[in-house]
Amino acid sequence: MEFENTIGLETHVQLKTKTKMFCSCLLKTGCEPNVNVCPVCLGYPGALPVMNKEAVKLTVMSGLMLGCEVNRHATFDRKNYFYPDMAKDYQISENGNPLCIGGGITITRSDGSRKRIRINHIHLEEDAAKINHYATTSGVDFNRGGTPLMEIVSEPDISSADEAIAYLTALKEMLVYAGVSECNLEEGNMRSDVNISIRPAGETKLGTKVEIKNMNTFKGIHAALVHEARRQRECMAHSIPIVQETRRWDGESMETAPMRSKENAHDYRYFPEPDLVPVALSEEQIAEWKALLPEQPEARRARMVEEYGIAEYDAGVLSQEKANADFFEAAAKGLDKKTAKLLCNLFMGDVMALMNASGKAIGECALTPVALNGLVSLSAKGAINGPTLKELLPELFERGGDPAAIVKERGLGAVSDAGALEAFVDQAIAANPGPVADFKAGKKAAAGFFVGQVMKLSKGKADPKIVAPLVAKKLAAL
Amino acid sequence: MSELYELGVCAARAGLEKGEFSSEDLVKALIARHAEKNGEIGAYLTFDAEGALAAARANPKAVPVAIKDLINVKGQPCTCASKILRGYVSPYDATVVANLKKNGFICAGRVNMDEFAMGSSTENSALGVTRNPRDPSRVPGGSSGGSAAAVAADMAIAALGTDTGGSIRQPASFCGIVGLKPSYGRVSRYGVTAFASSLDQVGPMTKSVEDAAVLLQALAGHDEMDGTTPKEPVPDYSEAVRAASLKGVKIGLPKEYYAVAGVDSEVKRVTDEAIAACAAAGAEMVEVSLPHTEYAMAVYYIVAPAEASANLARFDGVRYGHRSARSDDVFNLYARSRAEGFGPEVKRRIIMGTYVLSSGYYDAYYGRASKVRTLIRRDFEAVFGKVDALLTPVAPTPAFKLGEVQDPLTMYLNDLFTIPGSLAGNCSMSVPAGQTAAGLPVGVQFICDAFREDKLIKIGRAFEEARG
Repeated sequence: MEFENTIGLETHVQLKTKTKMFCSCLLKTGCEPNVNVCPVCLGYPGALPVMNKEAVKLTVMSGLMLGCEVNRHATFDRKNYFYPDMAKDYQISENGNPLCIGGGITITRSDGSRKRIRINHIHLEEDAAKINHYATTSGVDFNRGGTPLMEIVSEPDISSADEAIAYLTALKEMLVYAGVSECNLEEGNMRSDVNISIRPAGETKLGTKVEIKNMNTFKGIHAALVHEARRQRECMAHSIPIVQETRRWDGESMETAPMRSKENAHDYRYFPEPDLVPVALSEEQIAEWKALLPEQPEARRARMVEEYGIAEYDAGVLSQEKANADFFEAAAKGLDKKTAKLLCNLFMGDVMALMNASGKAIGECALTPVALNGLVSLSAKGAINGPTLKELLPELFERGGDPAAIVKERGLGAVSDAGALEAFVDQAIAANPGPVADFKAGKKAAAGFFVGQVMKLSKGKADPKIVAPLVAKKLAAL
Repeated sequence: MSELYELGVCAARAGLEKGEFSSEDLVKALIARHAEKNGEIGAYLTFDAEGALAAARANPKAVPVAIKDLINVKGQPCTCASKILRGYVSPYDATVVANLKKNGFICAGRVNMDEFAMGSSTENSALGVTRNPRDPSRVPGGSSGGSAAAVAADMAIAALGTDTGGSIRQPASFCGIVGLKPSYGRVSRYGVTAFASSLDQVGPMTKSVEDAAVLLQALAGHDEMDGTTPKEPVPDYSEAVRAASLKGVKIGLPKEYYAVAGVDSEVKRVTDEAIAACAAAGAEMVEVSLPHTEYAMAVYYIVAPAEASANLARFDGVRYGHRSARSDDVFNLYARSRAEGFGPEVKRRIIMGTYVLSSGYYDAYYGRASKVRTLIRRDFEAVFGKVDALLTPVAPTPAFKLGEVQDPLTMYLNDLFTIPGSLAGNCSMSVPAGQTAAGLPVGVQFICDAFREDKLIKIGRAFEEARG
């Protein structure tokens, strides 16, 4: 029998706020344990949570990007469970009435086709502390405890491990783009639990779902889904019932193993958090946050192709990093499509090579969009030749400056006057009888020698593209 | 001249202003009084004489105030009268404490209470017995029994208590002092160990209404650290004291309260006399109805334990407080530390709260209780459209004997008249009104609309005068 997968993801994203969800402790990594703590995030008697408005803003912005309905009156709840990583022994979360509801994201599958994955809701909560295990003891580091954590819960619209990764990649790109989160998987900024069940192809009733936890990388999620989909099919093949349970992914053995079954599931005893008033959001507030949203990479790619006449691939590479796309668009201001294409080639080739070699991002080097615009414009109107362009770029990248002023100051302007160029060609032919003889004897490659000579005589300012046909014409006429 | 320890806040301030004595003199008088009386009354759990003297020397015009042992004062213990917090030292000041210090008060001494404020007699304290100064064979009431006893025994100039379902008002009535429960959100809860977060409020327990007004002025206002304190402006309560009058004031007598069976006849008499005194002073007394009153007790004993079951989860032996020596894994550490640390009433309420929140029971208990709570709140809102205040008994009986009430349900009935207002979030005050033939004090309760403490003080102060 053919089976199909039903997969849903719960993705936890640590928000890029300065301070914690409910107190003013700084969010910093790489510190000694338990230095960024206070009575609130340590759950001391009498301490109370205070809402971090920045976290609400980032969550709502994420919801707006994903087309969610923003709740004008979201409320928080207590999720009760005992564990040493939760200082109060309850987590403040949103159970029934979260900040963002509905929405979705479109993914591109490996065959190029598109699919919409619906979002059920996005809620905001606080992250747990980190437990460190030592040889004979364990310790809790509360520096991370209370980090704002946004949970994006998808509908079970995902049918394969590949689709799951496409979904996560699209999500990550969007969130990083908007500055909502670093989404650094190694740092634990983005963690996903997956729910997977299988059912006979065409069946509408869902199969028994299994939740898998403990995957730290996209690769791990992919492997876990592939493994679990196979395990469930094997169960079916051998008439072994699939039990509703939580399984843990073991990245070493590359297998899932049971963690707890439904009977042992927690009763979280949710109830409304009495220490926080509902988050009241006005239409003005939501509109203000909406205005802060960057254009989505997907839409930006399409617009860049249309507006600058650049290739889809190039637009894709440029828009992968918001800073690059912003720089390119600023530099392309006022350029016609042909020049914009030249700019694109230069950015994709030389500028990115300089960035790679120096290890500097576009915002960290001395090159400005105005300077790059000037440089490309000079080249487009023939005021400088190709070699001059390539020579000036690293200098602008390293030290900055105005390309037009540099060209003028150093006399690097291209020699395009036909009379002057012809004189250089004649001079080169007269001074080199040997190569002339070679050419006459049929060595056509000798023409290149004369182009080089003319470049030398013009001190590099002639445009080899103009010189070459001129040389060919003169030699042919000999 | 009377002894310094007999003074109230206003009298002490006046003396300090005139230079008749210093804060140090005041603290020394209280230290001596503590040494003389605390063995008998047991109001205080700890009294840091050195710390209070140092604070008095630093601010020679400061007035010492006793603090209920669940409010955090940096460097002081904060046991909540529980074994589970033995050894804990507060790393921070509650906002009310910071406000007191800013406004010329010293946090001198920590007073006894029912463990985690759960109780009506202070007998649930795990750390000691507190007796009623008016009759040491009787309880001082609770849960702020230590606060009430300290003030009534002139062992404190004034005290802070907390009230969740009546814990300021009932002991004030039992001990013959003034106890004011502010509206929910009027005073910050930051740093006040939580019992039931949607009900808890800190308030003054004093020798006069005027003293309560002065203390409330220092305590009240929006706090960035407590999201449930609105930015409602704080009126000048001394204005309310000056405007004290009952002339033309409309006072409602909720008929459901007066129909309650089992109210002590002497309490009834004192209440009737209070009604007559108000009328004689020019107040218009009208019968009103709060139709959902009969459900208040049931709602309270769902909501308060539910919130408590979560609030008290943090006492787990991991970060501070009592940790069982017999724990071999983390879940045993929780179970044993809590089993050893909590007393029976606290355990009872945690179990009740856990039960009513359990999957499958939530809608029938907590969900339903929240809806009925809204109805109770609307009852009050409707009534306050017609009258300025309500006048009711505080508790069904005067102070009872230590050990007399054994059944928890009977004990819970002490808060019959105080719980509905707590659920509604309005403000109320217990003012001494008279005494029984045996000389036990009896107070009456005035209730005003939320954030109308000014009205409450105006009426309470006028009643104090009318009663003579």
